[in-house]
Amino acid sequence: MGYRTPLARARGLGSAKEGADHFWRQRVTAVANIFLVSFLIWLLVTHIGADHATVKRSLARPQVAIPLLLLVLSGLMHMRLGMQTIIEDYVHSEGRKVAALMLNSFFVFAVGLACLYAVLKLSFGA
Amino acid sequence: MAEARQTVERPLSPHLSIYRPLINMVMSILHRLTGGALYFGTLLLAAWLIAAAMGPKAFDAVGAVFAHPLGLLVLFGYTWALVHHMLGGMRHLIWDTGRGFQIWQVNVLSWLTIILSVTFTLALWAVGLSLRGGL
Repeated sequence: MGYRTPLARARGLGSAKEGADHFWRQRVTAVANIFLVSFLIWLLVTHIGADHATVKRSLARPQVAIPLLLLVLSGLMHMRLGMQTIIEDYVHSEGRKVAALMLNSFFVFAVGLACLYAVLKLSFGA
Repeated sequence: MAEARQTVERPLSPHLSIYRPLINMVMSILHRLTGGALYFGTLLLAAWLIAAAMGPKAFDAVGAVFAHPLGLLVLFGYTWALVHHMLGGMRHLIWDTGRGFQIWQVNVLSWLTIILSVTFTLALWAVGLSLRGGL
């Protein structure tokens, strides 16, 4: 191992061993979001001013709950990647950058889990 | 390491303030801004869903905040950011295929993004409000 140059060790692994993974996941979730966000907009427009019982009844339907769950997963993954890029572009001090990247993950997982929990609770009829 | 080496004051490349704003540049900035806004705007969707899961009282409370003129303004902005970022993303997906890089195409795609995002947002609110029967 000691004789290998840094280049030889890095070769074939891509940057940070992930290569185009960030780019690709950003694009896959982007395409998914076109459909899922269109669904969300339709859901919201048809539920402006709707009372609790109506919303509960809608979200209890699998054809509403499942796309909504998919939207939360795909949307939040997309958000996390996007915010990561913004942080890496603008936060240059290593400590603050790492802290911001962590906060990004915490935020996305907390909001995501809360949304998933709420949709599941509503659709399982609590 | 990078900081330690930088002892010479080197000239920086010109930044945003130096350029005459071009439509594709403005759309690029708006894409990032709307993306950042949507990040925090997700809290609106989360609040709506969580309140619905908590029960009628919490749901009505959140509904009252949304129905306040300021709430409506924020929701309108959120809708526009959502539509704008989606259209901007489609523009980027087109560019990802290597198409649309002629200057006139870049300009057309950029103008389309802003024109359609405003049009769609207004149309969505018109439909939504008419379904609800007024503000």
